[in-house]
Amino acid sequence: MLLIPCPWCGPRPENEFQHAGQAHIRRPSDPAAVSDEAWAAYLYLRDNPKGPLAERWRHRHGCGRFFSVVRDTVTDRISHIDRSAEAGAP
Amino acid sequence: MADRPGFSFLSLLSHGTGRAWARQWRHAQPKAAYDVVIVGAGGHGLATAYYLAREHGIRDVAVVDKGWLGGGNTGRNTTIIRSNYLWDASAALYEHALKLWETLSRELNYNVMYSPRGVMMLAHTHHDVQVFQRHVHANRLQGIDNEWLTPLDAKAVCPPLDISAAGRYPVLGAALQRRGGIARHDAVAWGYARAASALGVDIIQNCAVTGIMRAPSGDVTGVETEKGPIAARRIGIVAAGHTSVVMAMAGLRMPLESFPLQALVSEPLKPVMPCVVMSNTVHAYISQSDKGELVIGAGTDIYPSYSQAGGLHIGAETLQAVCELFPSFRRLRMLRNWAGIVDTTPDRSPIIGLTPVPGLFVNCGWGTGGFKATPGSGHVFAATIAAGTPHPLAAPFGLERFVTGRLINEAAAAAVAH
Repeated sequence: MLLIPCPWCGPRPENEFQHAGQAHIRRPSDPAAVSDEAWAAYLYLRDNPKGPLAERWRHRHGCGRFFSVVRDTVTDRISHIDRSAEAGAP
Repeated sequence: MADRPGFSFLSLLSHGTGRAWARQWRHAQPKAAYDVVIVGAGGHGLATAYYLAREHGIRDVAVVDKGWLGGGNTGRNTTIIRSNYLWDASAALYEHALKLWETLSRELNYNVMYSPRGVMMLAHTHHDVQVFQRHVHANRLQGIDNEWLTPLDAKAVCPPLDISAAGRYPVLGAALQRRGGIARHDAVAWGYARAASALGVDIIQNCAVTGIMRAPSGDVTGVETEKGPIAARRIGIVAAGHTSVVMAMAGLRMPLESFPLQALVSEPLKPVMPCVVMSNTVHAYISQSDKGELVIGAGTDIYPSYSQAGGLHIGAETLQAVCELFPSFRRLRMLRNWAGIVDTTPDRSPIIGLTPVPGLFVNCGWGTGGFKATPGSGHVFAATIAAGTPHPLAAPFGLERFVTGRLINEAAAAAVAH
């Protein structure tokens, strides 16, 4: 069980959180204007690295807010906690 | 065939008296070039190499793996075999595999211990009942056996199951595929390795691929490995949870995320579980191996990871569910737990076929349920590599479906909820 540092509530156990996918994936501002390939890339393609991954979490059973972190997918160590996801940043 | 001693009653008898067994496959070192290089020596990769050699006459094949053969998800799954998927494309693919399972021991002259003891999927809610009955009807239209059981029928098939209405997870019915069952995971990898090696395939273990070589035209020209470069004009990636990592070497992003998926085994018991029981809703699946251990499948972690461990609470939640469904198992001790890294796609269906890189083929995305497909997956992927166009059963599973939107949503048929 991960201990996840919520930037508002402090460290809480993983089962209070919802994983919200890879961070910094930007929705095309005009979906009708982009190609099918670009739309598919937005919807489905992910980096899935073996190593540092920027990802979003939501403190579902706590403050309910989004934030992003960098987690190493080999060690599961978390660093770089960032609140800007709550303000709408991807 | 000199290095592939045939198995017969007489050979078993003579080895039973203490004669040592010969090696079952050659320990190959890489040549400078092959017709085809397969990356990943799990069941799917070895089966691919076997069918390339056996059915397509392409014997100049290397299977390279960074670890030992069958040491990834082939050796980490719960060995369940079934074909009761919903959509025609998936049902046809998994049924193709199931038909190959039925004759695989004879085909390979190696006992893969396929045991069609029945796979029973429990319905605990009104919604489950509707979904599973829909699956039963769809499967019967597809010519695939699947039948609906009342709770009393389910109890008759699997006596240790608690069907009392007072249970925490009441059993409202079940779908039973009698031809489903289990096989011996190691034997599948070893049987394919042995048969492929005898046909001339080189199996190169402990040799990580570190790069994919390309010509100025973009075509693949080979792989870089820890043991030096290996030239090949056709490369098949069958790397399961590590597919994204290998494909990134060719500059490709994949619609995949890799999660730890856990399993556990109990101490050995006398025969008590006559079939496989799966419960998607409470997230437990369980069968009994021929050694007597209960083999229990748990869930995935909620975040992508390559840790091959998984959170302890995931397995604990599954054991709580197992104890509710099978009260007589409550005092059992668990011997081992482990995780494999599974590559999941957005629609829970695999990806089989060509890629935007000429000469590079991929077979991945089997997620939480790849073992059952092993023979069929290798069979259609070999045909795809040999012909350079998708096998008809593989055609709906191409990468391009994520652009066209023709997804094959099997979220309800995949046993593990994501």
